[in-house]
Amino acid sequence: MDVQAWTFLIVGLSFALYIFIAIRSRAGSTGEFYVAGKGVPPLANGMATAADWMSAASFISMAGLISFMGRDGGVYLMGWTGGYVLLALLLAPYLRKFGRFTVPDFIGDRYYSSTARLVAVFCAIFVSFTYVAGQMRGVGIVFSRFLEVDIEIGVLIGMAIVFFYAVLGGMKGITYTQVAQYCVLIFAFMVPAIFISIMLTGNAVPQLGLGGEVEGGMHLLDKLDGLSKDLGFDTYTNGSKGTLDVFCITMALMVGTAGLPHVIVRFYTVKRVKDARMSAFWALLFIAVLYTTAPAVAVFARTNLLQEVPGKRFEDIPKGLQKWEESGLLAWADKNSDGKIQYTKGKAFNGQPQFKEKDGERVLGDQGQGLLTNDVVEGTNELYIDRDIMVLANPEIAGLPDWVVGLIAAGGLAAALSTAAGLLLVISTSFAHDLMKKTLTPDIDEKRELFLARVGAAVAVVIAGYFGINPPGFVGEVVAFAFGLAAASFFPAILLGIFSKRMNREGVISGMIVGILFTASYIIYFQFIDKGAKPWFGISPAGIGTLGMLINFAVAFTVSRFTAPPPEEVQRMVDDIRLPEVTEN
Amino acid sequence: MSQQDPVNTDSAATDSAGMSPREYWRKNITCVLWLLVIWFVVSYGCGILFADELDKFRTPGGGIKLGFWFAQQGSIYVFVILIAIYVRFMNRLDAKFNGKQG
Repeated sequence: MDVQAWTFLIVGLSFALYIFIAIRSRAGSTGEFYVAGKGVPPLANGMATAADWMSAASFISMAGLISFMGRDGGVYLMGWTGGYVLLALLLAPYLRKFGRFTVPDFIGDRYYSSTARLVAVFCAIFVSFTYVAGQMRGVGIVFSRFLEVDIEIGVLIGMAIVFFYAVLGGMKGITYTQVAQYCVLIFAFMVPAIFISIMLTGNAVPQLGLGGEVEGGMHLLDKLDGLSKDLGFDTYTNGSKGTLDVFCITMALMVGTAGLPHVIVRFYTVKRVKDARMSAFWALLFIAVLYTTAPAVAVFARTNLLQEVPGKRFEDIPKGLQKWEESGLLAWADKNSDGKIQYTKGKAFNGQPQFKEKDGERVLGDQGQGLLTNDVVEGTNELYIDRDIMVLANPEIAGLPDWVVGLIAAGGLAAALSTAAGLLLVISTSFAHDLMKKTLTPDIDEKRELFLARVGAAVAVVIAGYFGINPPGFVGEVVAFAFGLAAASFFPAILLGIFSKRMNREGVISGMIVGILFTASYIIYFQFIDKGAKPWFGISPAGIGTLGMLINFAVAFTVSRFTAPPPEEVQRMVDDIRLPEVTEN
Repeated sequence: MSQQDPVNTDSAATDSAGMSPREYWRKNITCVLWLLVIWFVVSYGCGILFADELDKFRTPGGGIKLGFWFAQQGSIYVFVILIAIYVRFMNRLDAKFNGKQG
């Protein structure tokens, strides 16, 4: 069987499994649709949370991103895991004690205000749509790269699958498919990592392989530092970003993680407060498996790349890399016409590679490389390389059997689909529950609400698919938005709602609005309007959510001191969520 | 919100097991604050602010500079342990509060 056949088989089997689970766990009530009937065991919830959280970006792009950033890549590793500490210690147990279904539910009830609820609904929907478009795109990309299907058709297949289990099964269906998807994605990520670790360092545990020795007794990282320096790159283990910037980005990612509605809502699905804490532990443990492997994969891949490519002729580089040139993930512009690849710091040319074509066929150079029409830029670097290649090309570089390639495809799809489903559920719940039932049409019955939730999920799938096929050009930049807004709006509002009894409606609404406006205008200005401008204090747009959060806190405190305290029953509610439930057994 | 009677933490009302809601909350906050201090020191301290100083040292075996290790792996291990400690502490505290021996 060839790679293509293996890929179809493995992806097909994984899809069949998801559909089977979805049929087995249909939702019959709004409680089951929104929060899986609050009966998910902590271990399963931990796995589901991990799959929910780890997106196509975590699976396909993160290791590659780190391998190009070196130590600065730590912002993602720490930022996307440290948030779970905040979630476990400060939010999850209390939100579970509060009960109900959604984040806007908490904000609306705690701040006795439908304005606060609406602000929360708006943020939840905005943040989720931002995110889900990227996931659908990810599904399309995996299909097109591995199965040579058009991106559009890939997105449509992904939509059909998600539609099936999200619309039918709601949270109940999503939860158990996510458990399966976690298993698929972690297996797919670990197998190549383990083999490459053995190849390079002789250690089967990639986490330890990172500190291992390569042939000749040199430490792997020292070797990589040396290779980087010789080729004119920054030393891998040193950072090049400003300390304040790294600090702010890490904080914004952590706080943003803790404030993302699709992650928070997973903690509503367990039976008891105790289980909410325990699932946070399992979730981070399962996430940590991938997140501690990723920096090792980054180093392995980077070392391989720097050893195998610079100074070589194109026809002599590993086949596993050459193959990806056809997908445009790699391109070589022989600027000095010496027939060898010069790879060093700087861009080879502007934009993505545009290959020269004649009668629909690519025009090839004498070594079989695609010729480019891009304008070359100054500098000696001749290589364009997409960071995703670091994970995608791994199995072939390690010489692993064909089925492992199929596994990577299934893993990437599992990561994208599980995250997409979680986000779609937030959108549908926000619409049916928070907007319709709680605000616009309070007298609808449960059957009608469940129907609306399904319609909401269906419409959201279609919109997400549309953005997957016609992505707004700024998907990457928009992610900073999602985290920044979650950090500047939800996190402070929920935190204050639990830990400050004095915090009132006026304080929180003004805090959220000022926080959102500040963060949004900063990101829009520096990301879209004046891209070249020097940001304040060197804080990049990705880190500005941290400042937005602080401003939110400051405004909320100040305003609340000058307005009436919350009513008696709200204060009693806060007292109640702080205490453990009375145990029945 | 559960159906149990709201408990007012401001009164000194003592639970049958001998722990007032106020005491429960104080212990909870103390635990959380300590864990957050460690959380901050490990990630923002060791992984970012003092990473360059720590880079003068290496992990056992000598393979990884310490600051780099904290930024890319060490802090994540510590995060997992912090939540584990929290889960254990709170489960015991809850049991005590509910009048059972933990």
